[in-house]
Amino acid sequence: MSESGSRNTRRRPDRAALGIAAALAAVAIVIAWSTSQAGGVAGYSPVGPKTFPYIIAGGLFILSILTAIEAMRGHFPEREAQDFPPMLWVLGGLVAQMLTMKTIGFSLSTGLLFAATARAFGKGALWKTFPAGVVFALLVWLMFAKGLQLTLPAGPLERLF
Amino acid sequence: MDTFSLLAQGLLVAMEPSNLLYALIGVTLGTAVGVLPGIGPALTVALLLPVTYKLDPAGSLIMFAGIYYGGMYGGSTTSILLNTPGESASIVTALEGNKMAKSGRAGPALATAAIGSFVAGLIATLGLAFVAPSVVKFALSFGPSEYFALMLLAFMTVSAAFGESTLRGITSLFIGLALGLIGIDQLTGQARLTFGMPNLFDGISVTTLAVALFAIGETFTVVAQRATGEDKVETVRGSVWMSREDWRRSWVPWLRGTAIGFPIGAMPAGGADVSSFLSYSAEKNFSKHPEEFGTGAIEGVAGPEAANNASAAGTLVPLLTLGLPTTATAAIMLAGFQQFGLQPGPLLFATNAPLVWGLIASLLVANFILLVLNLPLIGLWVKLLSIPKPWLYAGILVFATLGTIGADGSTFFLGPVPVSFGLLLLMLFGVLGYGLRRFGYPIAPVVVGLILGPMAEKSLRQALQISQGDPMALFHSWIAILLWVLALLAVVLPLYLRARGKGRMLAQFATDED
Repeated sequence: MSESGSRNTRRRPDRAALGIAAALAAVAIVIAWSTSQAGGVAGYSPVGPKTFPYIIAGGLFILSILTAIEAMRGHFPEREAQDFPPMLWVLGGLVAQMLTMKTIGFSLSTGLLFAATARAFGKGALWKTFPAGVVFALLVWLMFAKGLQLTLPAGPLERLF
Repeated sequence: MDTFSLLAQGLLVAMEPSNLLYALIGVTLGTAVGVLPGIGPALTVALLLPVTYKLDPAGSLIMFAGIYYGGMYGGSTTSILLNTPGESASIVTALEGNKMAKSGRAGPALATAAIGSFVAGLIATLGLAFVAPSVVKFALSFGPSEYFALMLLAFMTVSAAFGESTLRGITSLFIGLALGLIGIDQLTGQARLTFGMPNLFDGISVTTLAVALFAIGETFTVVAQRATGEDKVETVRGSVWMSREDWRRSWVPWLRGTAIGFPIGAMPAGGADVSSFLSYSAEKNFSKHPEEFGTGAIEGVAGPEAANNASAAGTLVPLLTLGLPTTATAAIMLAGFQQFGLQPGPLLFATNAPLVWGLIASLLVANFILLVLNLPLIGLWVKLLSIPKPWLYAGILVFATLGTIGADGSTFFLGPVPVSFGLLLLMLFGVLGYGLRRFGYPIAPVVVGLILGPMAEKSLRQALQISQGDPMALFHSWIAILLWVLALLAVVLPLYLRARGKGRMLAQFATDED
């Protein structure tokens, strides 16, 4: 990443960075709104559970304005082109695992993530990587759930042990 | 009791056979995971946290000490044998170490790193043992307003002082602080920002956040880069031992690195990178062979490696004596303490002295084990280094999910489908971690903000409740005022330096990983 100094002042506004500024502002508003909605014992103390959230919300709002200024000036570091399809494989693997973990158990569900990740990095054949991932995850499960007594979700496969 | 007898008692605890075994396992696991490319010390510690969940506190913390030191060492092996730019904690080692490896001197480079780490670790851990009691005595006089000012200083040094941009550093910090708001308020029991979801009542777990930001974020970042070919792992040919000449050129840099690293780690000044970078430039200045720098000067490995390790031990001074984490790694270690309901700080030295001193002593033990273990096992570490990327990252993600479910096993229902809540957070924060990296936001302040935010809030509210809302109470003592001034300087000085065109220097100190 290159340092973008003041010599680059002529760069165009950075749309993605403006998006960050908007997101920060949105988070600030959500925090402030949620804090104002919460009930509470009024007048008990000058600094209650709401003080700090308001400070954070205020800070985020200021940061959002400053970020917008930087974005308009194009002061963000330059970014390389990204390859999105492999990212979607990883993301898909994470979503699949999250949705199936509690039903089919640690090993099968984690096998899905393993296969999707390997696919993202260019190892193709899912019918090979999925079983490999399931076996690997099962070994991990045995080590941690049986060996170290960690509570990990069990499915049909884990119940065999 | 004086430090010697306390330390001796600690050594007795650390030398118990079961604790020795924990230290050995910790060091081995820490090195094995730390050696994997793309995994720095912070992620190593976060990934291995679940291993310690079910042990007793002493055993768990001792294993943790081993993991911490092992992870630090593993990272330097990676940067010597595999030039991976981006892994900042040991990137300085790569400057000379990788050059040495390329010219067939990988063995001496690894040896000077290992022995230098040992020397530095030994001196710095003893330094920790001797400094800690006086810091504790001093810290016992701290009230909430001093603590608040101290945390403010830590916030500013972690987020604003180093790195490319003050704005992005502070933004990262505020993201962490905002996440720290989620959950039940410690003092009143009121639920905040939970949006009615019981899963959020306990707040965001530091482990989940750290694993997601580091492991998942890193995976996204690596996979999204258009393939640039495999990284070349240098082989270790010939002897791993150092010649007499190597020894002669290494021992002063080891000591100098230690002298630079320990104080920097001990002050809330932002971790190992700063110290190894300073050590590198010091060695370059002092060297009798400045022309060798850039082509594989052994001093350039010996010094920064020692500084790196000394500063790792130094970070434990504020962590153990004040409960103040100044790096992401320290923040995760603090989470490790908290899982046992232990709060590091001056009181822990009083209430749980055997535990604290056992931990300090086991750092010494871990340091010895590292020295014995590393050079003979170098062949194994090289094998781990050459794991192909698909299997490496698939494996990392398996352990990332393991750590997350271990920390948060709760479920919520999406219609009829039971969904693992921990994994949902893992995915969301993973995407956040990718975004942060993509736009040049530092990661460490987010993690430190999450864990330190609630603590700072507690101090602030206590201070203001005592004074019935009068904000002047925050500045009631000279210590508090001094800390406020330092915190202010930590923001203003870098802004001034950047304006004067010295930003590049600060950017090189950027703390990405630990």
